[in-house]
Amino acid sequence: MTAVAPPRPAAPVRRNRPALMGRAPQDTPAGAGTYLLLAVTMLFAVFPLYWMFVIATSNDEALAKLPPAVVPGDRFMTNVEEVFSLQDVFFAASMVNSVIVSVVVTASVLFFCSLAGFAFAKLRFAGRNALMLFVVLTLTVPNQLGIVALYIVMGKLGWNGTLLAVIAPGLVTAFGVFYMRQFIVNSVPDELVESARVDGASTMRVYWNIVLPAIRPALAVLGLLTFVATWNDFQWPLITLSGSDYPTSMVAISDLASGNYVIYRRVLAGAFIATVPLLIMLFIGGRQIVRGIMEGAVKS
Amino acid sequence: MSTTRAAPASGRGAAPGRGGSGAAERRLSWRNRLYRFDMRYMPYLLIAPFFLLFILFGLFPLIFNGVVALRNYRLDDPTLPYWAGVENFTRLFGDEDFWNALYNTFGIFLLSSVPQLLLALIVASLLNRKLRLQTWWRVGMLLPYVTPIVASSMVFSVFFSRDFGMANWALGLFGYGSPEAPIDWRADKTHSWIAIATMVNWKWIGYNALLYLAAMQSIPRDVYEASAIDGAGPWRQLWRITVPMIQPIIVFTVVLSTIGGLQLFTEPMLFDPNAQTATGGPNGEWQTIAQLIYKVGWKDLNLGYAAAMSWALFLIILVVAGINTLLTNRLSGGRR
Repeated sequence: MTAVAPPRPAAPVRRNRPALMGRAPQDTPAGAGTYLLLAVTMLFAVFPLYWMFVIATSNDEALAKLPPAVVPGDRFMTNVEEVFSLQDVFFAASMVNSVIVSVVVTASVLFFCSLAGFAFAKLRFAGRNALMLFVVLTLTVPNQLGIVALYIVMGKLGWNGTLLAVIAPGLVTAFGVFYMRQFIVNSVPDELVESARVDGASTMRVYWNIVLPAIRPALAVLGLLTFVATWNDFQWPLITLSGSDYPTSMVAISDLASGNYVIYRRVLAGAFIATVPLLIMLFIGGRQIVRGIMEGAVKS
Repeated sequence: MSTTRAAPASGRGAAPGRGGSGAAERRLSWRNRLYRFDMRYMPYLLIAPFFLLFILFGLFPLIFNGVVALRNYRLDDPTLPYWAGVENFTRLFGDEDFWNALYNTFGIFLLSSVPQLLLALIVASLLNRKLRLQTWWRVGMLLPYVTPIVASSMVFSVFFSRDFGMANWALGLFGYGSPEAPIDWRADKTHSWIAIATMVNWKWIGYNALLYLAAMQSIPRDVYEASAIDGAGPWRQLWRITVPMIQPIIVFTVVLSTIGGLQLFTEPMLFDPNAQTATGGPNGEWQTIAQLIYKVGWKDLNLGYAAAMSWALFLIILVVAGINTLLTNRLSGGRR
């Protein structure tokens, strides 16, 4: 922006209204008002999570307080122990199940989608464009549409009520292929692939030695997004796992909340435990998640 | 895959012992064939796992769903005739539950998508400044996005309880409602819709704000330089320059929130203290289509009818997404 030198002399008059200077908003330093509004927004974003913790650490009376309780209590461990010891909820097992499902699905999505994305981005084969169009079209199909038939299919396979029924439909995603293709097209130079070919490298060697190292950032982004989505999935796990001995943590939480008399400090203690892994992920990989979402936006 | 890769290595290992030009030739042709296989068929092997898994667990159920919709598929009564023809579809037209759920779904959808996208736009323009700790503001906006909907819906269910609920308490501070006659958020359509829409808005505002922010930052800077001439303030700048410039992404978010909003399931399910009945309130005040599909399929055990309902929902989503795209194109000022 320093290149726009000529209008400078007039600047002092306009100094207090930076937007009028023709500066792009992202070059305009935020004022106190912006920070204040952002802080309020952040408060709204954080408060339900914070309050979940408050109730998870309190006794039953905390819920019936006016003005509402906003200071955490000291009963977190008691509540957690109660949640874990409930016989018919299988909470501890459900956390393990959620880890298994999310890890397997994420690993599979990363591997298979990067393979297919690589093929669509850098290899030549008959029908490539038509097949890619097919992938893009399936992106827009709402996933709920096939849920009844999926249940019947899983019934025929005998998988309903087992983790397989939750894992299998998540193993690949059209979005993953699409995202990987975009990234590989832009980040792996054709010349690099060509020269490796000349040196006699096989397709898999190119994938392993050239493509994989180049797409590590994209793997991180897709992995985080897939993990979060799989961990949080509720409708399909509820349908197929309901009443079984292998709930995921989301199904287990909804079990905690069913019945005539719901004890919310337990429900929210369970909910809090199941949220913590994701908060840790956001804390560690937040930068990647933000970048992934924003890059996806510009490209699409 | 591993066998084809191992082959040339073993070939090479065997060659020196044998010597002779015949072996060398054979080795070459082996390599040649391997190379040709690699070039011609390897791409298909790479995309095969995706297509196999997708066809098996994605595409096939989708098509099979159409067959199920034409059948009498009752888990509790297998004696009915196999085919039902279009009966499941014609039944939809006279089904009061279906129309009620459709009405609820649209009501909640309007209350969630419109404020959601407008607020996201404002948050994005707040983020679109030179900020200290820029990354942390952005990451913070994603807190609701990573929070499980199951967990946040539980929290909001407590917020919106009639007695001792935080929503009623906060509204009371502004002189709305009273402790003697607290708002019963689960007693009528309007209030339950607002409560559920609040959950949806909370979850998605930050995510959409980041999408908008990305688009805002790719607007060429000279557009803003030109706008200084007619003295546009920040607010006018947002509506006159920024919004028309990021129109494609706005359309994209409208389509996304249409697809997601019309399939709303978790929030209305868990807003109900008797979640497992899936009735969305004592008289279906907030039962959405997705919830009704679940109830018909897995509580009433009529999978054929649930499949027909899924198709109806799909058609509705298609039509509404189309209409919304046209509307958004008009409203956000793109005349290209």
